[in-house]
Amino acid sequence: MDFSLIVLVVIVAALAFDFTNGFHDTANAMATSIATGALKPRVAVAISAVLNLVGAFLSIEVAKTISGGIVDDTKVTPVVIFAGLVGAIVWNLVTWLVGLPSSSSHALFGGLIGATWIASGADAVHFAKVVEKVLIPAIASPVVAGVVAIVGTFLVYRITAKSRQDVVGKGFKTGQVLSASLVSLAHGTNDAQKTMGVITLALIAGGSLAPGSNPPVWVILASGAAIALGTYFGGWRIIQTMGKKLTEIQTPQGFAAETSSAAVILASSHLGFALSTTHVTSGGIIGSGLGRKLAEVRWGVAGKMVIAWALTLPAAAIVGAIAAAVSTRGSWGTVLVGGVGVLLALGIWLASRRNPVTPATVNNEPEGAEAAPVAA
Amino acid sequence: MAINWGALGIVFVVALAAAVVLTGLFAYGVRGLSERVTARAHGGSGTVQLTGAVVCFAICAAVIGYGIYLIVA
Repeated sequence: MDFSLIVLVVIVAALAFDFTNGFHDTANAMATSIATGALKPRVAVAISAVLNLVGAFLSIEVAKTISGGIVDDTKVTPVVIFAGLVGAIVWNLVTWLVGLPSSSSHALFGGLIGATWIASGADAVHFAKVVEKVLIPAIASPVVAGVVAIVGTFLVYRITAKSRQDVVGKGFKTGQVLSASLVSLAHGTNDAQKTMGVITLALIAGGSLAPGSNPPVWVILASGAAIALGTYFGGWRIIQTMGKKLTEIQTPQGFAAETSSAAVILASSHLGFALSTTHVTSGGIIGSGLGRKLAEVRWGVAGKMVIAWALTLPAAAIVGAIAAAVSTRGSWGTVLVGGVGVLLALGIWLASRRNPVTPATVNNEPEGAEAAPVAA
Repeated sequence: MAINWGALGIVFVVALAAAVVLTGLFAYGVRGLSERVTARAHGGSGTVQLTGAVVCFAICAAVIGYGIYLIVA
């Protein structure tokens, strides 16, 4: 097989994954601001997109290994990376179709685990690392962010309980814009570098770059642009779930949820215990629901999210494994997997058109429930 | 398998402290603004309340600035 061709295919797949990562995660930063009306939907995704792009250029620590030790990196060939990316993209699209947030990192890890397992055997997968880097953080993230958000929300309502509600509403709307922007920036520094790492390592594996090279500028630019474009495209289905279905959000709650999430994300990335952005922000929103008296958390929706989280890694692994089983048979296999992947993506997009969620309808109450007042 | 529970604990404590400081101060700032409006409605100047609010927001801005510095550096 022509080596440069597979590297090119990996780059395209990595950018496609980056794009799905962007629109999957817009909700993390912007769902509560859109739900409370602090920002108009289009403005919110535009701000988030710009800050993700800025974040991509700010991050200096690009992943040195694709999997962080979850699989044996010496066994990771470009074909395995490609198969892993296909698994991650397919899972991201499926969860987007049903409107559930799920971790793009977990999807990528899952895809790589499945692809490596098929290509090199189960021994190449380090299961202890999977528990350490995936399982424990997935449980810890929402709990930590949730508790922080409960305390933050309680404080905010306690302190402003006797204040003029018009001033409170306006003040926290401004606060929300700032806190949501901080989450977007933190997201850009975290997530764009995953793709940069994947592309850079594929270039190294293909012999285009010397081992240990930093990502070329065009890689940083392309990764930043792909995630920003995905963010601007807006995962409206997921934004609706996070902003409207999970709990009723008022501006002070949105502010507390985002501030808590930003604090947890930044603390985790600088104190050496990586937590997933998606799990943190979801926990933050649930926490802000629990922290306000009489706010109702819809546990049915939260339960579905937890199921999606639990399925993310194994589901992406299965798709990645199938993709690897076909791709490793030669060029025709890789082309077949690529073609089927594009058709699947197209099918999912067409399915989404039957029940579209747009910037205009994102704040509608689900299932015809009566629209509740959003302003505080 | 080495799970770094200590690091997780520190993340929790630091995040909690940062979030409490930020949300608390911002809320006091908003409360100050609200009290200023009330004071002015009753013929007062509201300067004290405004000063208090500005101080709260300024500390918030400093903490956020430090957060951005952490991202960049």
